Amino acid sequence: MSKPTKFFEQAPVSPEIAARFPDLHPAFDEVAAVTEANRCLYCFDAPCTGACPTHIDVPKFIKKIASGNLEGSAKTILDANILGASCARACPVDVLCEGACVMQRYNKQPIAIARLQRFAMESLYANGEQLPFTPGEDTGWSAALIGGGPASLACAAELRRRGIRTEIFDARPLPGGLNTYGIAEYKLPLVESVREIDMLAQLGVEFHPNATVDAKKLADLERSHDVVFLGVGLGGIHQLGISGEQLAGITNALDYIAAYKSGQITSAPERVGVIGAGNTAIDAANASIRLGAREVHIIYRRGLEQMSAFAFEYEHAKQEGVKFLWHVKAVNIHGMERVEALELVELEATHDGSLVQKEGENFTLPVDLIVLAIGQSTHAEFLGSHGINLERGRILIDRATGQTSNPKYFAGGDCVNGGREVVDAVADGKRAGIGIAAWLEGQHADS
Amino acid sequence: MASAQVLELPHGWKDNMPTLETTFAGIRCINPFWLASAPPTNCGEQIMRAFDAGWGGAVWKTIGAPITNVSSRYSSIDWNGQRMMGFNNIELISDRPIEVNLRELAETKRRYPKHAVIASLMVESKRTAWHDIVERAEDAGADGLELNFGCPHGMSERGMGSAVGQVPEYCERITGWVKEKARTPVIVKLTPNISDIRMPARAAKAAGADALSAINTLNSITGIDLETLEPRPNVDGKSSHGGYCGPAVKPIALNMVQQVMADELAALPMSGIGGVASWQDAVEFMLLGAGTVQVCTAVMHYGYRIVEDMADGLLAWMRKKGYESPEDFRGLSLLKVTEWKHLNLNYKIVARIHPDKCIGCELCYTACWDGAHQCIHLDRALPSLDTSRTPDMVTAESRARISTTPIPKLDLEGPGEFGPYRTPLSRIPRVDEHECVGCNLCSLVCPVPECITMERVENGLAPETWDKRVRSGKVAEESCVVENPNS
Repeated sequence: MSKPTKFFEQAPVSPEIAARFPDLHPAFDEVAAVTEANRCLYCFDAPCTGACPTHIDVPKFIKKIASGNLEGSAKTILDANILGASCARACPVDVLCEGACVMQRYNKQPIAIARLQRFAMESLYANGEQLPFTPGEDTGWSAALIGGGPASLACAAELRRRGIRTEIFDARPLPGGLNTYGIAEYKLPLVESVREIDMLAQLGVEFHPNATVDAKKLADLERSHDVVFLGVGLGGIHQLGISGEQLAGITNALDYIAAYKSGQITSAPERVGVIGAGNTAIDAANASIRLGAREVHIIYRRGLEQMSAFAFEYEHAKQEGVKFLWHVKAVNIHGMERVEALELVELEATHDGSLVQKEGENFTLPVDLIVLAIGQSTHAEFLGSHGINLERGRILIDRATGQTSNPKYFAGGDCVNGGREVVDAVADGKRAGIGIAAWLEGQHADS
Repeated sequence: MASAQVLELPHGWKDNMPTLETTFAGIRCINPFWLASAPPTNCGEQIMRAFDAGWGGAVWKTIGAPITNVSSRYSSIDWNGQRMMGFNNIELISDRPIEVNLRELAETKRRYPKHAVIASLMVESKRTAWHDIVERAEDAGADGLELNFGCPHGMSERGMGSAVGQVPEYCERITGWVKEKARTPVIVKLTPNISDIRMPARAAKAAGADALSAINTLNSITGIDLETLEPRPNVDGKSSHGGYCGPAVKPIALNMVQQVMADELAALPMSGIGGVASWQDAVEFMLLGAGTVQVCTAVMHYGYRIVEDMADGLLAWMRKKGYESPEDFRGLSLLKVTEWKHLNLNYKIVARIHPDKCIGCELCYTACWDGAHQCIHLDRALPSLDTSRTPDMVTAESRARISTTPIPKLDLEGPGEFGPYRTPLSRIPRVDEHECVGCNLCSLVCPVPECITMERVENGLAPETWDKRVRSGKVAEESCVVENPNS
């Protein structure tokens, strides 16, 4: 293995967290990988490839595993998706490649594409972590990328391969955004995200950590660069707006997940209430159990059918021991200095779908920690002054190129798509990278 | 009780049970499954265990003057994760003294009188040597003799094995020497390493052989180690051509058995050999005229126990087909093999894809475009049928499509147009039946049973063969008369 580069060295490592969050889907060994690879039918115009937002040529990389051409396999993956290693762990493959696998209609056993992809990527790591690409010849152009999450990383890779200089500005100490700080550790450990970014750095991507970009800084960057990519993600998690929300013992899911992933917290109190029923809520609830909580409830004002978490995430949470309270809303938080209980009311849907309080008494759920996971706000409003059109807080782009209403600005990831998956951000960033290069060439040809 | 019900068989049931008993060239067999002369029949202890497992007969590992073997001796071909699709050996005949082999043969025969024990023999090409070994083998109690004229490696360099089998005159001469002495049936084992296997078969028959067995192994180099560049099996950095066998050679063996059995001058009771591993394999050899089959590779892979399903499966098939003994179906497919010129040119079939079974892998599409006649199309979901779209156009459209992870709260419109089948209509290929030549390829690559069927198209034309066309003067004479030097 090659020497660790700088971010890998800086990544916090907590043996306790590692022990509490072992891989949910353990790695394949070579025999298992080859056996599985041989099951792949090698479909034409494969549905798995079509379902993948980055269009990884899945049968192609799988057949290369079967033939022992692991270097070619990793290259096939990276060619389509520069974050192929973390996507192999973080992607909800049940609704993507593996969900689209024709084997679902054959013997109900789709090819384990994610684990095969991880096997190919880890064999690249085992062989020295050398990225099988080189930067393109320097064009003299440069791009500033705001936010260091998957969208910017993927965009940067496309730009570097085309000889465009890239500088990534990120507010956190480590790059990677939610890929580093926001994915359940049993899927994608923080160090694995950082290791992948170190490999990406071989293309000559420049990173500026701990760099917050405000309107003034953005104006500076616009002047000093030929193009700006906005991969700023979404903002903070919404508040409930009820009394008691200022008490100690209330956090939000993203801070909570980031804190345990970076080893700042290694335990949870006895009783945890998670409010919201999306995938992030499930991650926070499962984490609470792994961190030692005895009783974890997910509290959701609607029912199972309206839950935005994937079905497989719900099943996983039930296995972990998370309990679900449906059609229930928090109306008050009790406690002296710290939270002690949630006051809840039962809701029911009226014929028009709106929720009203059901007749009956309020009840309390004793909790020591409340984790809010009721969706993220947007924080792109300040971009309006740069001539960038927004819609409900999201940046509007041309889907194929990522270009915004200000031609010098491109965007991708959660700030554009409203909050999807890592792989969606990678696909956005990739399209934008290609779009930027084409736009710059067009500008250059015109002048 | 369930067990009591099983015991109460309907009256007369037992009489209707088919039997696997058969007689091969005068040798009575409790079933047609023999072990071929090979490592599984190396010694008496092995053969007795094999008989306990259910084998009906065994051809002893070839007995002759003891040799020295090399290590290693075997190599194989794996295919897509399946081991030993093809198998290769450079092992010679028995490395044990003749007297040890014959003593154990006598003991085996004494303890298993109903089982067929055949002595495979190979000695130097001298009349006295053959007379001597024949007498000793028969004195030991062998039910028959198999002359190993087929071993393609090592022994052939010393003028034995396939060096005999490849020259019909030698084959005839040695068979004749053996027949001068033999009191038991003589089986001549044929080598496939020859341009026309009928020639040595005719020679054996002319010399009075009672039966044939075919095929012995094929000359082969199974592979090369890409690190060391040394071929396998590796003997101190070098290899030698070996004998190839296993599932991979079955089609070659079936063809050669058919050739011999369809030739009046060559046909004799036949013991079929080559890739037999299941009851279906055995049935195929028997349908082409084999009276028994011999098995080696499958036993080397999985052990003697494989005979259990061979017997059980064969009986079940016979019951289903109404056959009472192996004689009832032996050779029934022999005459269904003919020369190409006698095939009906007006027989027309086309592929039909059953959309309710299709899983959308589109292997048939690729196979037809790249390997056949470009008559399968992906146009079911288009506004109108379009046979001009190439595979590259299809993939380009897919790659240009923007896909996102479906998130329930962001994707309120739900999944897109799907169609009436479990597979989206756009992924179910369509056969252009006017262009389809009925080659079978799509149905062969399709992973789903019965998903692509080949359907007869009534064209109203009377059967017509190439031969008939030539004879009726429809085809210019000079363009069709080519003498086959082998016929």
